[in-house]
Amino acid sequence: MNINTLTIGAARSLVESREVSAQALAEAHYEQIAGRDETIGSFLTLTRERALAQAERIDRLAEKGDPLPPLAGVPVAFKDVLMTRGVRTTAGSRFLDKFVAPYDATAVSRVEAAGAICLGKLNCDEFAMGSSNENSAFHPVRNPHDTSRVPGGSSGGSAAAVAAGFAVATLGSDTGGSIRQPAAFCGVVGILPTYGRVSRYGLIAFASSLDHVGPLARSVEDAAALLEVIAGRDPLDSTSADVPVGKYSLECGREVKGLRIGIPGEYFAEGLDPEIRQAIERRIDGLRRAGCEIVNVSLPHTEYAIPVYYIVATAEASANLARFDGVRYTSRSPQAKTLADMYRRSRNEGFGAEVKRRILLGTYALSAGYYDAYYLKAQQVRTLLTRDFQNAFTSVDAIITPVTPTAAFKLGEKTDDPMAMYLSDIYTVTANLAGIPGISLPCGNNREGLPLGIQILGKHFDEATVIRLAHAIEQDQR
Amino acid sequence: MKVTEKDVAYVADLANLELTPEESVRMVADLNSILGHIDKLNELDTTNVEPLAEVASAFASAERHGSEQFAYAQRADEVKPGLSREVALANAPDTDGTCFKVPKVIER
Repeated sequence: MNINTLTIGAARSLVESREVSAQALAEAHYEQIAGRDETIGSFLTLTRERALAQAERIDRLAEKGDPLPPLAGVPVAFKDVLMTRGVRTTAGSRFLDKFVAPYDATAVSRVEAAGAICLGKLNCDEFAMGSSNENSAFHPVRNPHDTSRVPGGSSGGSAAAVAAGFAVATLGSDTGGSIRQPAAFCGVVGILPTYGRVSRYGLIAFASSLDHVGPLARSVEDAAALLEVIAGRDPLDSTSADVPVGKYSLECGREVKGLRIGIPGEYFAEGLDPEIRQAIERRIDGLRRAGCEIVNVSLPHTEYAIPVYYIVATAEASANLARFDGVRYTSRSPQAKTLADMYRRSRNEGFGAEVKRRILLGTYALSAGYYDAYYLKAQQVRTLLTRDFQNAFTSVDAIITPVTPTAAFKLGEKTDDPMAMYLSDIYTVTANLAGIPGISLPCGNNREGLPLGIQILGKHFDEATVIRLAHAIEQDQR
Repeated sequence: MKVTEKDVAYVADLANLELTPEESVRMVADLNSILGHIDKLNELDTTNVEPLAEVASAFASAERHGSEQFAYAQRADEVKPGLSREVALANAPDTDGTCFKVPKVIER
């Protein structure tokens, strides 16, 4: 068993055949974590008791020869913005340092009900705000492929853990690229499901109209298998859609011949690393050989996506983060004498610099006199961006783009310039604004050996086509 | 410079934040840099363009599934068990066992 390349299917078979017990499999992962996570920094909390109790239950089922659930014995971990009952859940913030979640997020309970083993909680940028994981209040995460580089963010721990062999698969969240960008930087697969496809219940909110929960894994098939488990209507999230969930893992291996793929020129313009462009072009050639029709499409409002995103996301964040007030579940400043003083001091001590920056920007955009100029304007341009995709999808089945303009950058490289950091999300924020599904998967390495990513975007609720194409691209590289 | 230190202090007050003088200087510079990029939106004429607050309902009618796919706020108004008082208070920095406690609000 090679723990670094273990897939969901392989892990489940080992447990089912009783070649390796679920408990031994969990322990093997904890050993790997003990050996290397001091350097990588992907975990904030380990949940050994919870894991071993879950593993024991699976082992008993396997012993009896009972049919096993789809993720039986598979070691997984969750980004620390997902609530895990009885377990510390920090959102990467000092403000929630001691917060113990009173209930499970729906995605978490579905993954555990499917037999997966929860190893622990994963590091992330504070309240999922960041593109490098350097905004974690606890410690940064390092890229397993080159520890001088960032793993991406905000789900940096989720991507690094999969790449470093700490967990077979993980859950992350994506508000502007936070699953797809770290997946690209760490050489793993990450899925952004359609808005409404996966329940947000128990996800600590950043920007509610843009937040998604999704899987990260070592293969397209694994990510698809995890999506199958977490997708579907949840009465606890009023924005979760009542749309039938497909057997996404069965899309892997289906023929792609005849599919029409759109290539938007706006995503291949100035600023894109030539090595990423070449790697993507090779994959597009592969799809052409497989019988796909490749056509140029235009998404003319792409250049406005970052400004729209940073108004909409920060406006929603400023409202969502108002609940952290030193009264109910956060820490409280000990010096405060009055109620108003307590709110201010607690929030000021609890939130990190990037979170404050976004709260202030969002509050500014929503404040009297600026609402129309910024927030309303951004919502109108969001309509135009969304129409771009609607128009493109009248003539194509899916769209292929880069995930990031460059490969993983160095720690410290962008921390002094928030705008430079924001611009690294340029190819990913559009899908969140339009609510469409996407996938990020590896498409080769650059000369320095760093992983490069390719993104496939699809129509609303058409994860199936996105996964089918992603699997074809993955196989073409083998 | 669009945003001044006075603006930052005003917005911080609205957001219940209290910045140190150093934080305030940094924030003025950062907000001006970010808003400089955001002003790009003014290149577009958005007269008569509907604002999009959330994508789900906008697409529900346009896409093949129909609007019934989202059941926004349409659940029955039934009393269901929630968190117990004990669990709800468990993370609070200060309680008296039945309520959250905060510093005195009214002086007398």
